[in-house]
Amino acid sequence: MTDPAPIASVQPLLTVRDLNGWYGESHVLHGMNFDVGEGEVITLLGRNGAGKTTTLKAIMGILARRRGSVSLAGRELIGQPSRAIAKAGIALCPEERAIFSSLSVEENLMLPPRVKPGGLTVEQVFELFPNLKERLSSQGTRLSGGEQQMLAIGRILRTGAKLLLLDEPTEGLAPVIVQQIGRTIARLKQEGFTIVLVEQNLRFAASVADRHYIVQQGRVIDTIPNAELDANTEKLHAYLGV
Amino acid sequence: MFELLGIAPQALFGQLLLGLINGSFYAMLSLGLAVIFGLLNIINFAHGAQYMAGAFVAWMLLTYLGIPYWGALVLSPLLVGAAGIVIERLMIARLYHLDHLYGLLLTFGLALIIQGLFRNSYGISGLPYTIPTEFQGGQNLGFMFLPNYRAWVVVASVIVCFGTWFMIEKTRLGAYLRAATENPTMVGAFGINVPRLITLTYGFGVALAAFAGVLAAPIYSVNPNMGADLIIVVFAVVVIGGMGSILGAILTGFGLGLIEGLTKVFYPEGSAVVIFVIMAIVLMVKPAGLFGRTA
Repeated sequence: MTDPAPIASVQPLLTVRDLNGWYGESHVLHGMNFDVGEGEVITLLGRNGAGKTTTLKAIMGILARRRGSVSLAGRELIGQPSRAIAKAGIALCPEERAIFSSLSVEENLMLPPRVKPGGLTVEQVFELFPNLKERLSSQGTRLSGGEQQMLAIGRILRTGAKLLLLDEPTEGLAPVIVQQIGRTIARLKQEGFTIVLVEQNLRFAASVADRHYIVQQGRVIDTIPNAELDANTEKLHAYLGV
Repeated sequence: MFELLGIAPQALFGQLLLGLINGSFYAMLSLGLAVIFGLLNIINFAHGAQYMAGAFVAWMLLTYLGIPYWGALVLSPLLVGAAGIVIERLMIARLYHLDHLYGLLLTFGLALIIQGLFRNSYGISGLPYTIPTEFQGGQNLGFMFLPNYRAWVVVASVIVCFGTWFMIEKTRLGAYLRAATENPTMVGAFGINVPRLITLTYGFGVALAAFAGVLAAPIYSVNPNMGADLIIVVFAVVVIGGMGSILGAILTGFGLGLIEGLTKVFYPEGSAVVIFVIMAIVLMVKPAGLFGRTA
């Protein structure tokens, strides 16, 4: 089966072509292809182990062995170290959140350096996540799971990176926090951020995304625009096994 | 009270001062080891040799170039630290993907080579380094005589230890360092140059050892084995304080120096082993060390 032609409604900001990735000897990504237009929110959907998190790591340059092409606004990034990719304007919010326990909340928030002009100010981050403001001097890992997720998202909004890679930001969180994160993503989209979202929660994905890429065994096997999600319910259930 | 214990106050305070001096060196050296171990995951066995090199460079600067103590106090850590940076780039950097043990073996080998080279050129009888004129003499405090230079060593050590603690715990650079100690991959993904941070940290830790070496030069004779004798005790200090803990290294260094001094007063036979006895007890009760975090 050949890969479906990638669809992008606008000029692609991120172009991923024939992306292969390995964990040691095990070949996880087998030629991922997809595009993300500037200002779009897209999701990577798929079963556990399909290669969604690995794709984000490969884009961010923290997967040691990767091959193919990842380009941001026409600039090839595949051979670059992760710090150069960060400076090009891509930021990752990892699944495990990676809040630093030896840093206070404030230090965690201020840790990522600015890479581009135009990031949110600290005040704007507090507007999105008022909880953080009250906990600034706490140890980073003393926060609740939801607050840690807000901190993990909040700290990359300051940097000026315009392409955000969010890995399961709603995992394990209470419904009210999931709603808050959903509102945040909608707001970020309005502000012109481009977002690649890995998500298991299909309802959440449908509420924020423009388009969904179905990932299976390290490949994109289908593309479903969000507007056509209802028409494709059966197909989707077959893909995701839900 | 002193009469009751059967000990002259001069002896007690004298040993306490000696303990404090030794503690100053334990603290500075274990601090450098802890910083290096925290970020690089390398047990820097060359630390004693680098301390010795610091003292030797001070002696060479004075003997061959006529640069006095104060110049050496700045130049020697810079020179030895720069040599450390070269060693990190050329050799240690190739071992980060391997087990800790390889770093220990490499730096152990380097220590033997560095000591051997100095022994070959300068012998082992020791070279004198005069106390700078500003610090000759001492103060009579009534209950004891305090040599000026020894007082300066304690003050300098406290300043350097506090300064290092402040830099690591309270500044932005320190936040990078702590974050990179926890999760270097993520810190790199934020755009921070982690390999450079690692190189500078190693250079800083080595410079700290060399600074201690310069401070030691006028007290102990400058001798190729001076570091080898000290480093074993310093490793015990690091283990007691907890590997990678900054505050732990400082407090344990000073504390154990004092305990060692007290042992010399009350049970001199035990003074050579007291630190190792404490290490054994701490390892049994709190394997991660007094200030260490269990993973």
